Amino acid sequence: MRTENQKAWFFVLPVLALVAFNAIVPMMTVVNYSVQETFGNNQFFWQGLDWFEQILRSERFHAALGRQFLFTAIILAIEVPLGIIIALSMPRKGFWVPVCLVLMALPMLIPWNVVGAMWNIFALPKIGMLGYFMNDVLGINYDMTQDPLAAWVTIVVMDVWHWTSLVVLLCYAGLVSIPDAYYQAAKIDGASPWSVFRYIQLPKMKTVLTIAVLLRFMDSFNIYTEPFVLTGGGPGNSTTLLSIDLVKIALGQFDLGPAAAMSLIYFAITLLVSWVFYVVMTKDDQK
Amino acid sequence: MAEITLSHLKHSYFPSPKGPEDYALKEIDVTWRDGGAYALLGPSGCGKSTLLNIISGLLTPSEGKVLFGEQDVTGLPPDQRNIAQVFQFPVIYDTMTVRQNLAFPLKNRGVDATKIGQRVAEIAEMLDVTDMLDTRASNLSPDNKQKISMGRGLVRDDVNVVMFDEPLTVIDPHLKWKLRSKLKELHQRVKATMIYVTHDQTEALTFADEVVVMQDGVVVQTGTPVELFERPQHTFVGHFIGSPGMNVLRCEPQGDHAAFEGHQLALEGPVSGSGGQTMLGIRPEYISIAESGVPATVTKVADVGRHFVIDVVVGQTHLKAVSEESAPDPGSAVHLDFRPDQTRVYRDGWIATEARA
Repeated sequence: MRTENQKAWFFVLPVLALVAFNAIVPMMTVVNYSVQETFGNNQFFWQGLDWFEQILRSERFHAALGRQFLFTAIILAIEVPLGIIIALSMPRKGFWVPVCLVLMALPMLIPWNVVGAMWNIFALPKIGMLGYFMNDVLGINYDMTQDPLAAWVTIVVMDVWHWTSLVVLLCYAGLVSIPDAYYQAAKIDGASPWSVFRYIQLPKMKTVLTIAVLLRFMDSFNIYTEPFVLTGGGPGNSTTLLSIDLVKIALGQFDLGPAAAMSLIYFAITLLVSWVFYVVMTKDDQK
Repeated sequence: MAEITLSHLKHSYFPSPKGPEDYALKEIDVTWRDGGAYALLGPSGCGKSTLLNIISGLLTPSEGKVLFGEQDVTGLPPDQRNIAQVFQFPVIYDTMTVRQNLAFPLKNRGVDATKIGQRVAEIAEMLDVTDMLDTRASNLSPDNKQKISMGRGLVRDDVNVVMFDEPLTVIDPHLKWKLRSKLKELHQRVKATMIYVTHDQTEALTFADEVVVMQDGVVVQTGTPVELFERPQHTFVGHFIGSPGMNVLRCEPQGDHAAFEGHQLALEGPVSGSGGQTMLGIRPEYISIAESGVPATVTKVADVGRHFVIDVVVGQTHLKAVSEESAPDPGSAVHLDFRPDQTRVYRDGWIATEARA
């Protein structure tokens, strides 16, 4: 017989309290700022949804959002296939497995601002190895402090260098969990290498790949430290991604109201796109 | 379809094996007739899976040849051998429907669509999965998944041999016998040679016309289930097959008798050869409690349903007997009768008595 009681709340409440203190309460202060104007001295004036309207109508926000989507799309389009290819070509057993895994994990262990600083020095013309090589050896005009395209190439390559490993490691974990019998059966069934990938490896990697894509989407969409250290959003505004712009508004101009409104819009977009990704990638499982 | 010949087959997983202990398969030399049902029976690690993978082409043997009929297939990859293999765990393509799964091997071989549809329908009917053809294979229960794995092997009409590598491992006990009889039925319908690897004697004995018993990379005996039971060629076979296994007792052969704990026992026939370690082998089923004979003391009686298993001790030696009707109480003194035509001497494990004609 089923007995009904309310004991389950005792298990849920501590979590609820924790989430309230580390997420909901801080977010409510942002909500608070987003609907008011303040001139200091703890004086607040009700603004309603004016800041939201202002942000959504501002061309500056549109431009930053566009750059943000472009950046995320580029790095997903590079990192996901590249990660899968590297994971597929890694050895499954033997001496080289730990070597590969450690080499792959190394970039992810480096603090984000260090990555930015490293690539900054690496890419500077005259000083950095990459800058010197491009300009003085290959004779290609490459200067990320002057040329928006060079700046974009540098932040994309930096992000690929830093984060492809995450996709690789997750996919690799999915791949090694496939029993040998699957490959043997495929051989006996006369499956081509493409069929093996399409019908065995990809389906078995799907769960981890979904996680990888979601993580890479969220991280790249919220990226701040590395491009900020590398280019500071420049030259001009060319690499000013959403988070960099947000910090400029909040801490540079001290426009707390618009910054708060922008934060909430930013958060909503991240949440919405993640949800869409998740629904699309898992819809087959519902059948 | 063809006869399968394994000629002087040896396999080692080491690149340069030094002694016989480096070989997973020591020397296999057998011929299996076309359309037969064979079982490879042996404990884990005896080399049966290695042998199976060599036949299917997943492994290339270190030495020796594999022949299908007249054709030497030793160097051919699995997809060119016309074989099918069913693995321990059901292998299905998760994202495909049952129908697509069954059609997959044919599609890969470029068979035309109408033919594929026909074969798939035929096999689905044979396996009783017609009603699931359009469900996704990942949603099936383990026994149905295993049926689909089998179906993918049977769907091709050119298969020489279907191999089963302990296919019932993950199946619930109450479904095991169902699948087992399905297998038997399939064998009668498709007429392909079937090789069934298992460590379970019941599975082997019910499935196969002929059972190949392996130990440490060597075939110790090939025979019908009755032959293996009635006249084990090796103490290992006697021990491995039967429940409880054969009694293997220390003895001293003397002509066509053997001395066991000071008692003279009549044997099946004269003992050949000399030297080595000699053991007396007799199945518990052929030792009976009698009015006279070898005196013994009963130590334990187990009622296993159809009969009683009686543990007795003769001198210092413990042995088992089986009684159909009644059993004496533990502790009582009894006399044992050893049936002469089922009492044999084994020298270094191998049978050393000659059968009386």
